[in-house]
Amino acid sequence: MGFLLWGVLPYVMVAILVGGSIWRYRYDQFGWTTRSSQLYESRLLRIASPVFHFGLLAVIAGHFFGLVIPKSWTEAVGMSQEFYHFNALFVGGVAGVCTLGGIILLIYRRRRTGPVFMATTRNDKTMYVVLVAAIAFGLWTTLASVFLGGHGHNYRETVAPWFRSLFIFRPDVAAMAAAPFAFHLHTLVGMLLFAIWPFTRLVHAFTAPLHYLFRPYIVYRSRDRQPVPGSRGRHPGWQPIGTKDRERRQP
Amino acid sequence: MKVMAQVGMVMNLDKCIGCHTCSVTCKQAWTNRAGVEYVWFNNVETRPGQGYPRRYEDQARWRGGWELNRRGRLRLRGGGRLKKLLGLFASPVQPELKDYYEPWTYDYQNLVQAPLGDDFPVARPKSLITGKDTRIEWSANWDDNLGGTAQLGHLDPVVEQVRRESEDRIKFEFEQTFMFYLPRICEHCLNPSCMASCPSGAIYKRTEDGIVLVDQDRCRGWRQCVTGCPYKKIYFNHKTGKAEKCTFCYPRVEIGLPTVCSETCVGRLRYIGIFLYDADRVTQAASAAEKDLYQAQLDLMLDPEDPAVAAAARAGGIPEDWLEAARRSPVYRLAKVYQVALPLHPEYRTMPMVWYVPPLSPVVDLLSGQGHDAEEAGNLFGAIEALRIPVEYLAGLFTAGDTQIVTGVLRRLAAMRSFMRGITLGQGADEAIAAAVGMDAAAMYEMYRLMAIAKYQERYVIPKAHVEQAHNLEEMGCSLDYDQGPGMYPSEAFGEASGKPVPVAVENFHALKQRQTGSGEVQPGELHGRVNLLNWDGRGTPPGMFPERRDTPHPATASPADGAGTAGPSPDAAGPSDHATGASGNDEDNRPREQR
Repeated sequence: MGFLLWGVLPYVMVAILVGGSIWRYRYDQFGWTTRSSQLYESRLLRIASPVFHFGLLAVIAGHFFGLVIPKSWTEAVGMSQEFYHFNALFVGGVAGVCTLGGIILLIYRRRRTGPVFMATTRNDKTMYVVLVAAIAFGLWTTLASVFLGGHGHNYRETVAPWFRSLFIFRPDVAAMAAAPFAFHLHTLVGMLLFAIWPFTRLVHAFTAPLHYLFRPYIVYRSRDRQPVPGSRGRHPGWQPIGTKDRERRQP
Repeated sequence: MKVMAQVGMVMNLDKCIGCHTCSVTCKQAWTNRAGVEYVWFNNVETRPGQGYPRRYEDQARWRGGWELNRRGRLRLRGGGRLKKLLGLFASPVQPELKDYYEPWTYDYQNLVQAPLGDDFPVARPKSLITGKDTRIEWSANWDDNLGGTAQLGHLDPVVEQVRRESEDRIKFEFEQTFMFYLPRICEHCLNPSCMASCPSGAIYKRTEDGIVLVDQDRCRGWRQCVTGCPYKKIYFNHKTGKAEKCTFCYPRVEIGLPTVCSETCVGRLRYIGIFLYDADRVTQAASAAEKDLYQAQLDLMLDPEDPAVAAAARAGGIPEDWLEAARRSPVYRLAKVYQVALPLHPEYRTMPMVWYVPPLSPVVDLLSGQGHDAEEAGNLFGAIEALRIPVEYLAGLFTAGDTQIVTGVLRRLAAMRSFMRGITLGQGADEAIAAAVGMDAAAMYEMYRLMAIAKYQERYVIPKAHVEQAHNLEEMGCSLDYDQGPGMYPSEAFGEASGKPVPVAVENFHALKQRQTGSGEVQPGELHGRVNLLNWDGRGTPPGMFPERRDTPHPATASPADGAGTAGPSPDAAGPSDHATGASGNDEDNRPREQR
């Protein structure tokens, strides 16, 4: 069981994530968008969305710090375990609360603003469940170690070595199996999130426009450029006017 | 010098009657889809008025276009690259639907399906966004024909500016007001700020004709372009999550046809032609001091008659017929030769390429309204000087506030009017009038031809996209030099249907040859078991063309001539030999269900 969960599943997840993203990039460029709903409602979005996204960036940075950088390295530069732990819990906790608060506000807005709710697909709803679960369980692991006495579980001796061992294809199943249940749950939901990632609107994160910092302002392009593979082709990509989605919802 | 060609447009505002035909036909052609119900690639505004979206010209709020920083360099008014990326998660300056309007339809079904009652059934307005009942409060031309201007006219950003500068109230009382229509499309700028704002780099300018387009596959819906465009002519499709904009009807322009808005323009006020411009100097021109912007953009446009320009253009790969079109270009003549066309809001520094001949009608209307001779040169010249407010308003739109330029243009238009009146009344051409505005009689007459007669061929000088570049589009180019050519083509290595498909042109060639040289119908074997519908002449029934009949045909349905006379379902009607009445009735019932 442990081998399946921590030795096989991660690779299945990566295969789906990478394969799915490549497939989507090749065949669904037109659907690859943020699908912003700011046109419908911007007052709540203007607060909630930056809180969520910046919180998430901090969370990702924290994961990198905790999982990728070995304990021996931070100790080598003179960072004590206590200092590290305090930092991780404090910064991580704040970032996690921001992220969770942001997404709760965003989901509230999505449910309560008529046009935004109408523009929400079943795919979106599924994705929100998994995303919120991943964030909530992650926050739980952090908060549990703060409030449930002592310094909590030192995941840098269990989860982190397992995470790094995945990259050399010798998964340290035993290390991960030794971690508490909360970490197991968070990791599993996280893997589920990454597995559905390419098939949801979350893909917009993969095309974060960092190249904007370097590209020239004015873009010239020749008319004769051949269509790129994965371009829309003959599909019209539009629907007739009306509120069909609404009609479909009320059969 | 890097010479590039740009398709440009000039609109003669004196001729615009505000009929919105351009808007409607454009809407039907391009934005009659879900997600862009609120979008008008072409809209017509009554000025003074707020425009569409409301108060889009207020760049202190919308932060569109470019500005100069302290060192005199261009920078986006919406902020630099880093600031844009940091603001990506909730675009800070973004028009909402209420700034455009909430699109709606009417519940027409209620008119025919309402139960019998004492009250007349009505078609309630329904929001196209929520599908629920809605109150119609604004639209793309709600203040059309100065509707509500007495209350809302002060909200026009240009009116605000003129008032600030002149400390004078523009009167909206009926007898003192002036009004004209301003049709707007995307400006297809030389220095587009939408493009510069796009984080994904999805907006591009075509090198051949300068048309600015959004690559729908690369757009990721960050919406910075909506903020960046000072004319608010980029729209967000809320269904697909992509930006959309006026395409200058490129599929039409590529084959030499004018855009839909131009083609259907009732007033025939639109001109389309080629500008040649120096791409190397665009940034420099866009960085000029505000009062020099109009002149700087004028200087960008190169004289197509200049041999040096033509040589540089040829070196840059501009084809000969495009150079010829540039020499005959009506827009170049209006903008640079006669200098009667002006850019819309040059102070945005985007170098717009849709220019406007400002209207003389506020002046003429006032003069004739007061009983003066509105075609006499002296009267007109005097009135242009005296009518400060309309001129200042026009300057606020077209020259960043420089009334000198607007006055000059209006004087040329007034001169043309008086000059031609002299000719029409048989008094001869008055050289003095032409000379008063720095022109000669011949040029004045030419200008009159272009602006008043405005023949289709003279209004639209659009060179076609190049055929030699189109070889790759379809199989047009391959015709019979296909490598298995007009000779017979054997099956490929893996039998029938393996290998590349035979081009239709080659197959046609063989089918025609067989029919012309053979005696009977084309033998199925000779066409490799395929049926070429283009050449099927109805003789014989190639196998596989029709489904096999289930039973022998009924006498009534077998002869088509009798078909109409035999009403009532025959027992065979349910079979594949579809009976007229039965089949059509079923179709009616099935269609809506299938669509859903």
